Amino acid sequence: MPFIPHTEDDVRAMLAAIGVAAIDDLFDEIPASLRNTALPGVPPGITEMEVTRLMQERAERDGRWLNFIGGGAYEHHIPAAVWQIATRGEFYSSYTPYQAEASQGTLQLLYEYQSMMTSLTAMDVTNASLYDGASALAEAVLMAVRAHKSAKRVLVPATVHPMYRAVARTIVRDQNIDLVEVPYCTECGHVIPAALQKFAGRDYAALVVPQPNYFGVLEPVDELTAWAKHNGMLTIAVVNPTSLAILKPPGEWAAGGADIVVGEGQPLGVPLAGGGPYFGFMACRNEYVRQMPGRIVGRTVDVDGRPGYTLTLQAREQHIRRSKATSNICTNQGLAVTAATIYLALLGPEGLARVAEASHANALALAHQLCAVPGVTRAFSGPVFHEFVVQFDAPVADMLHALKAQGILGGLAMTRDYPELGNAMLVCATETKRDDDLGRYAAHMKRILGPSRAVRA
Amino acid sequence: MTTPADLKYTKSHEWIKQEADGTVTVGITHHAQELLGDLVFVELPAVGRKLKQGEECAVVESVKAAADVFAPVTGEVVAANADLADAPEKINEDAYLAWMFRIKPTAPGELAGLLDAAAYQAIADADRH
Repeated sequence: MPFIPHTEDDVRAMLAAIGVAAIDDLFDEIPASLRNTALPGVPPGITEMEVTRLMQERAERDGRWLNFIGGGAYEHHIPAAVWQIATRGEFYSSYTPYQAEASQGTLQLLYEYQSMMTSLTAMDVTNASLYDGASALAEAVLMAVRAHKSAKRVLVPATVHPMYRAVARTIVRDQNIDLVEVPYCTECGHVIPAALQKFAGRDYAALVVPQPNYFGVLEPVDELTAWAKHNGMLTIAVVNPTSLAILKPPGEWAAGGADIVVGEGQPLGVPLAGGGPYFGFMACRNEYVRQMPGRIVGRTVDVDGRPGYTLTLQAREQHIRRSKATSNICTNQGLAVTAATIYLALLGPEGLARVAEASHANALALAHQLCAVPGVTRAFSGPVFHEFVVQFDAPVADMLHALKAQGILGGLAMTRDYPELGNAMLVCATETKRDDDLGRYAAHMKRILGPSRAVRA
Repeated sequence: MTTPADLKYTKSHEWIKQEADGTVTVGITHHAQELLGDLVFVELPAVGRKLKQGEECAVVESVKAAADVFAPVTGEVVAANADLADAPEKINEDAYLAWMFRIKPTAPGELAGLLDAAAYQAIADADRH
């Protein structure tokens, strides 16, 4: 399909029709102080050959690292077929369908995505995706408050990803919704159900339950969900989709399961990239579907009785509900979801479980090897999925610097977000790591912390 | 369909029936359901909820449209028609039979300000051109 932009004549004709002299006049309402007149970082137009060379040079600056950083975005093997298929023109050039029903292929793919995510989470319904995991949590908070009707406070454990909490707070604060922090046990690394008693009552709309939590530790999800239900709150699960292949899905947590499930979809076939694009997923129980934001694809039959796909429950969305829509988001992350759908279809339930098991095994093996180094200990006693926190007697920044000099990205410093943990680092190992990778990491850590104490200031 | 003469109406397309026990029953008009099309969902106010006249208190949703229903008078919700949850199409079938909720008015004077059938009919006709 040719893409022909409007010509100067077209532009003149359109401006004349609406009685405006220049395109810039259309942006009159934006104060001059907010306008970006020059973009010094963007060079003038250059040829494709020059762009290719420039981007190669910049890509090379990234280097090649042995990566043990997780913390919300995870390095997984992506079968070559995933992006081979996802970048076919039929998928790659499609955006969110505006003339939705004319794009049956896109709708079918989204329907299959929704079906797989519904199955993975054991929930009733999934939307066609949101921007990312953090904004999906914010949407879940708004949704829970709408569904609950009377309370405008939501309990959020300190074990939820700090960025998710920051994003959610930014999005919900102007609706006078309070996010109230729930402390965690500094020994075990998860929320202690008994510690929730001080929040008992009906003043909260929901309890957020991360699984695994930001420390990689598994939360006592059954107790937490049952407690929320008992106290008249909804449960919002924040889950890692890979982990669901081997952990009990949120729909099967105690007391009828979670009410809303959100998370970051990146681990499902989307490569690591600074700033994304990633995608958020959201699932819920049927009774809350009318409070759910985002697009939902349904399957139906046409006038001749043939199966077809359609956007459904659109009265929730802003093109119909206007200011009372469930969200200002009326799109989905089409391309990233396409990759996730293909990834899940290629791996199947068994393949995804093998990814999860291999990641878990590698994380345990690495934790064991690192903790064999004198002075290195696990921060928490709770069981983990594929990430864990270690503490040691040296500044984390120095440790990471020394490891980086050996080509190793050792993990994520916890110092800024969790100063109470001292010199602590979040380390992740997925199925992409081999035994010799783990050994190399442990050997360097041992050398760095060794008798010379070179990294200590 | 004619606009029943024994009911009161609002500009926002609610009908109001004054019951013998002093409560009022509320629904949406035939004209309103015609504008919306086939209804697929109705959200009703909780019993016990206190409403102010003009407050949004219910939602009617069709396949591609949604509308708020407003409290025609101030008062407390004393009943909601749970039958509509499974069968919102009853409003399409007979809008004046498919009541939505019942209010015990606390400002009965407001009733006098509602439209009669002729006045509402004129609004509906003007809508249709």
